[in-house]
Parts: sequence; structure tokens; C-alpha cells
Amino acid sequence: MNLPTFLGGVHPPEGKALTEHKAIEILRPQTPCEFVYPLSQHIGAPCSPLVKKGDSVLAGQKIADTEAFVSAPIFSAVSGTVKDVAPRMTVAGSIEPCIIIESDGKYTPAPSLLDELGHKPEPSEYVKLIRSAGIVGLGGACFPTHVKLSPPKDKPIHWVIVNAAECEPYLSCDNRLMIESPDEIIRGLGYVLEIFPDAKGVIAVENNKPEAIATLTERNKNSKITVMPHKVKYPQGAEKMLIWSVTGQEVPLVPALPADVGCIVLNTRTTWQICKAIEEGSPLTERVISVTGDAVNEPKNLQVPLGLCVKELVNACGGFSDEPVKIIAGGPMMGLAMRSIDVPVVKGTSGILALTKKTAYTAEESSCIRCGKCIEGCPMHLNPTLLDHAVRRRDYGTFEANNGMNCIECGCCSYNCPASRYLTQSCKEGKVSVAAARRKAAAEAKKKAEQKAEAK
Amino acid sequence: MSTKLTVSTSPHVHSEFSTRNIMGMVIFSLVPAGIMGVYFLGFRALAVIAACIIACVLSECLWNKFVMHRKNTIGDFSAVVTGLLLAYNLPPTIPIWMAVCGSVFAIIIVKQFYGGIGCNIVNPALAARAMMLISWPTAMTTWTVQGISGATPLAAMKAGTMPNVSWWNLITGDMGGCIGETSAVLLIIGGAYLVWEGVISARIPLTYILTTAILSALFNHGGGMFPVHEIFTGGLLLGAIFMATDYTTSPMSEKGQYIYAFGCALLTALIRTFGGYPEGVSFSILIMNVAVPLIDMYTEPKTLGAPKSNFFKRTGAKS
Repeated sequence: MNLPTFLGGVHPPEGKALTEHKAIEILRPQTPCEFVYPLSQHIGAPCSPLVKKGDSVLAGQKIADTEAFVSAPIFSAVSGTVKDVAPRMTVAGSIEPCIIIESDGKYTPAPSLLDELGHKPEPSEYVKLIRSAGIVGLGGACFPTHVKLSPPKDKPIHWVIVNAAECEPYLSCDNRLMIESPDEIIRGLGYVLEIFPDAKGVIAVENNKPEAIATLTERNKNSKITVMPHKVKYPQGAEKMLIWSVTGQEVPLVPALPADVGCIVLNTRTTWQICKAIEEGSPLTERVISVTGDAVNEPKNLQVPLGLCVKELVNACGGFSDEPVKIIAGGPMMGLAMRSIDVPVVKGTSGILALTKKTAYTAEESSCIRCGKCIEGCPMHLNPTLLDHAVRRRDYGTFEANNGMNCIECGCCSYNCPASRYLTQSCKEGKVSVAAARRKAAAEAKKKAEQKAEAK
Repeated sequence: MSTKLTVSTSPHVHSEFSTRNIMGMVIFSLVPAGIMGVYFLGFRALAVIAACIIACVLSECLWNKFVMHRKNTIGDFSAVVTGLLLAYNLPPTIPIWMAVCGSVFAIIIVKQFYGGIGCNIVNPALAARAMMLISWPTAMTTWTVQGISGATPLAAMKAGTMPNVSWWNLITGDMGGCIGETSAVLLIIGGAYLVWEGVISARIPLTYILTTAILSALFNHGGGMFPVHEIFTGGLLLGAIFMATDYTTSPMSEKGQYIYAFGCALLTALIRTFGGYPEGVSFSILIMNVAVPLIDMYTEPKTLGAPKSNFFKRTGAKS
């Protein structure tokens, strides 16, 4: 059977057997312990704390927010008292301002968002409700969902795609969610389709999840929604690849967005969370995380309150069976290697992956042999080795001219490279440097314009 | 947790390919044809192979150690591949000192002068062969098969006579020629193994071989020979499967590889038919090697989402 897919990509070992048959377990520590909430858990403006040291909070209470449009509020998952507002280490390994809450272990709920609203939400109020529920893209990028759902007026939306590909190896939290609560995902997508009445809904699943495909197809009674199996290939779940294989459209080069080709792509758990927000008014306070890898004693899919220490998750899985060389937040292709497991779970944490010396790749780089395997693997059809050379000699002009800014950082080039070149790393560096230079240039131009205005 | 964790950028897993195991697979796929060569051409051939490999590895090792003062790169086995390929391109009667000179030339001048693995602009083994052909023309074109010296099939074709080889000899390699280039079946099996393992793609060899056969027929080479003779004689199979597919000196994009292989084929047919030499594979590949940067420049893949590009309006550095 010829399933839809894209050109390029790689086939890393799946490693999903460790967790794909493990039902989601709920982990909610009943004894008082510390919960940490970084003030920036999304793309966009960081939040400002709404609570101060000594305040008591309830489970589901908003503890940080901002006026900025591209941002999302943060909620406490537990009831307890605010211990401090202080810098702490986050998943990325940097020290960021955080709200620290000492839980009382009781999870006393705060009034729901619907109580605050006072009536059943209308489709016109959905987007506002989604913002006030603090929902962001839960696949890992954490782009605020309400921003995605507010496309410019002149860009009609024809497709709403639920990204259930879960192409990252090892992870199976979305797979389990589709098997265990398919109705919420279908209804969640239904609500989004109410916002965009002209759009069709597609749930795109990779073909290595037959149980999820069967369950969703069986439960789906909405005629506007189709469940579409896809070929198993990494990165099938990347936004641009998914749009290409579902609709046959290429999203133009950056800064174009999926809305430019009439598409909105939402993660599975995000869709589930939209359903919860609209039906029950519950904010984003928990998520499912695959705790897996060959260094974990008993790999599991855990539903955990946000803010919980990663160490607690590992302990709930029986600790380490073997010495981990790398611990990764997310999947092995795009996840972040962590410095310590004494960091809190945030909105974007889709997996905790502990790899041993056997599975974690740590080879040294050697010279490029021009084999072309990076070009073959690149789903964006870039020339990674050319971009790598450009970045290493700080020739950002060449980097930009060869569309380096369109790199999606999927890691296919580095995965394929026989010389273990740090290709993805170079592209990331190039993107960051170019973005910084642009910001600087914009700031200087603004300053100049101001000076000119003053002189007049 | 007592030990420190490794922190690095993603991805954290890797395919099974490394430069070392790719070169290993190339060597593995070349061995059968070499054994056949030794079987038909005698133990002298084995001595030539050994001399080339040892000279290549040693010169790379010494260059890294005493000239460049850098980490040794002989562990990637690329020098072994160069030695093996050079030996396969030599007649079994070649004096050992000449084989050693060729090996040193290949590694030091063609490969290391340009920066080592991945940086050379032409295939080291072929460049060395070309140098030897010019320096020692007699030694490089004398073939003795089991005690009987005679013209190779291609030389016979050049002279306009029907070569005196049976089909069986053509396929197994029991005929005049260089050490590793005659055994068609084993070269094809070796190539098929590399394609199966994903080391090379079949694009370059197939385009090269088939186009050469068709063009030679069109040019009426050898007075209307069978195109099959064209394929099975001389260094075409060895060149198309193992030398034209050399990563470093072939284009990286799909489109570029077709252009490159077609260019190799055109030049081979032209040299075989109209040139001064009976064989044109090495020179064709060398010439096309030099054209690779240009081919790469014009065959950049189109970025997903980019507007259709104009062939003559290339993207370059902005400033």
C-alpha cells in the first residue's frame, strides 16, 4: 500500500516497543513536595508572577501571566503555599526565574475556567478560552495554541491537521492517548472545526500505530474528520512534512506559516487539552510523558502534574537499571540533553529518555567525505554540508542565501553523516546568529530613526 | 547518580554508517574480483596488490605523523581502498617500484596535498594510474595472460579486428587486462552488494555503463561490435562501479550524478572510438571529477517551499 509521505527523511530504530503497550499511569505525589514552575514555558514573552512568597494557591490556579499576545499563562498543578520566586535550573540546563510551590498533597481544586466564564462557551469564545487555559503546542515546540488559531483574516483555513504521527523514536505518549481517550481527541478537533467552519479535519497517524488508527476510525462519527495513516518515516510529524503529505502543498520559505497554505497543525495532546478546556474549563496542569530508554528499569507512560521534579518520574519507573550516559528531555532526534534530573517537568516535556553507552551516540567528528547522505536525508531539501561549512567560517550570507533559515533542526543530516559531522548543530548556530544579527540591525535602525526624529 | 551526564545537541542517535565501515564494505566488495585476478594472472598480481596497499597506508601514516602532525587517519581505511583500486588498475607485470611510486603519488600528491580525505579534487587511484601511463607507457600496457602476451580486447577493437575472446572469458575475466578490471561477474556482484547496503546508489554505474554501450554503438566503435563487448572489456565496470562512485569526487545531488555519469560515458565512448588510447575510462572519470564543483553548483536541490529556481540564476552569497 502506498501511504502518503514526503521526500527525504530517515529511518532511525523505533525503540517504541519499550512503552507502546504500557497504559498511561497517573503519578500524583500524595506527600508534600516541591513543585517548580519556570516563568517561560513557551515561545513568546515570559510571564510575570501573579503570586508572591507565602501566598496559598489551589490546584489549577493561575500563578503567572502577561499582557503579550504571543504568550500563555502558567497554572499551579497542586494546592499549597508559594515557597519562593527564585531562579532555578530548567530542563534546558539554564537558570531561569521560577515560582516554587510547596504542595500540601491534597490537590484542592480552584474554580474552573467555565465557572469564571459563567456560561457554556460559544465557538467565538473558544480561542479566548484556549488562551486562558494556558494551552501551547505540546509536541515540544510550545508555540501558544491561541496564536495558531488566530490566523490573519485574509488567510482562510481549509485544513486542521492533528499531528498524531509521533515520529520521534522511543516516545509513545500520544499513541497511548489515542488508544485510551480517542473521543476527547475527536471532540477537541471538532471544536477547532467549529472555529473554522470551512475547514476539513485530518488526524494523521504513522502506520506503526495500528491500534490507535483502528480505535480512532471506529470512534470517529464526525463526517468532517478523517483518520489518515501515513508511512513510517522520520520526521513525518514535522509541520511542513505533514502538510505536504496530507494536502500536497509546500509551505513557502520562512517567515511563511502553515496558515499561508490554509493549514493549522495541532499536536494530539494539545487537541485533547482543547477538549478539556472547552468542556470542563480545566487549564493545562498535567501531561503524559513517556519515561523510557534502555537505562530505565521499568519504562512507563506517566500522566504527571507539571512542575514535578524529573527525578520523581525516574523513581516512579524503578530508577535506572544501567548507568545512563545521556538523559534527554523529549525524543532522541530533537530532544534536549539534560545536565541534571533535578529539574521540573514543563509544558513541552514529551519524554524523559535515558540512554546507555550502547545506545547514546557520542562519536568524534571527522572530515566530510562528500557522500551526500545529508542531502538525501534532509526533508527540507537543503544542502547541510554546505550550510555547515558556511557557518564554520561565519559566512552567514551564504548560510542565508542557501535557505539555511528554513532548517527545521530535525537532525536527519547528523543522523546520516558517516563522518559524524555536527551538521544540525551548525544549522542551529547559524539560525541563532542570523536572528541575533537581524535583531541588532533592527534595534540600531530604530535608534537611528529616533535620533533623526529628535533632531527635527 | 554518581557519574556526569553527556550534554550535546540533538540528535542523540545515529545510523550505522561511519566512514570506516563504508570503506570496509567497499574493500569487502572488491576482494572477490581481486581473487579472480590473482587466479587468472598469477601470484605476481598478489604482490602488486600488497605493494600498493602497504605503500598507500604507509605514506598516509607518515605524512600525518611527520608533516602534518595531526591525528592519524589510516583507521578510516580510505588509504587501503586507494591502494586496492590502484593495484586493480595496473597490469600484473608492472615492476613493484613503479607500483610503489604510483601509490605514493596517489596518497601524497593527489590526496594529502589537497587536505586529505574528502578534499581531493580527483580520484587518487585514477590520477596515479594516469601519471604512470604517461611516465611508463610500455610497462603500463604490456599484458601477459598465463605466459602468453597479447593485445587486450579493447586494443584489438582499436586496431579494427574482432577480439579473440569467448563469451565465457569475457564474463569471468580470463583475458588480457589489469588485475581487477576483467572479472565482470564479480565486479557486478560487488557493486550490487554496495547498492544493497546503501553505500552507493545504482544511478552512476547504470547511467555510465548503459550510455557508454549505446554511444559506442552509435559511433560504430570497433566496426560495429556488440555493445556487450564494450561493457565487459577494459576498465568500464571497475571504473563505473567503484571509481566514478567515489563520494569525494562525484556530485552530491541526484540530478548532478546523472549529468556526471552521462559526461563520463560520453568521454569514454569518444576516447575509445576517436582517441589515441584504446581505453578511456580513467581519463573520462578524471575529467568529470574536475567538473564536479560546477555540476554541484548547478544542481543544488530545490528547498521545500522555495519558488521554482531559474537554472541560470543561481543563488550565491548575498554580500
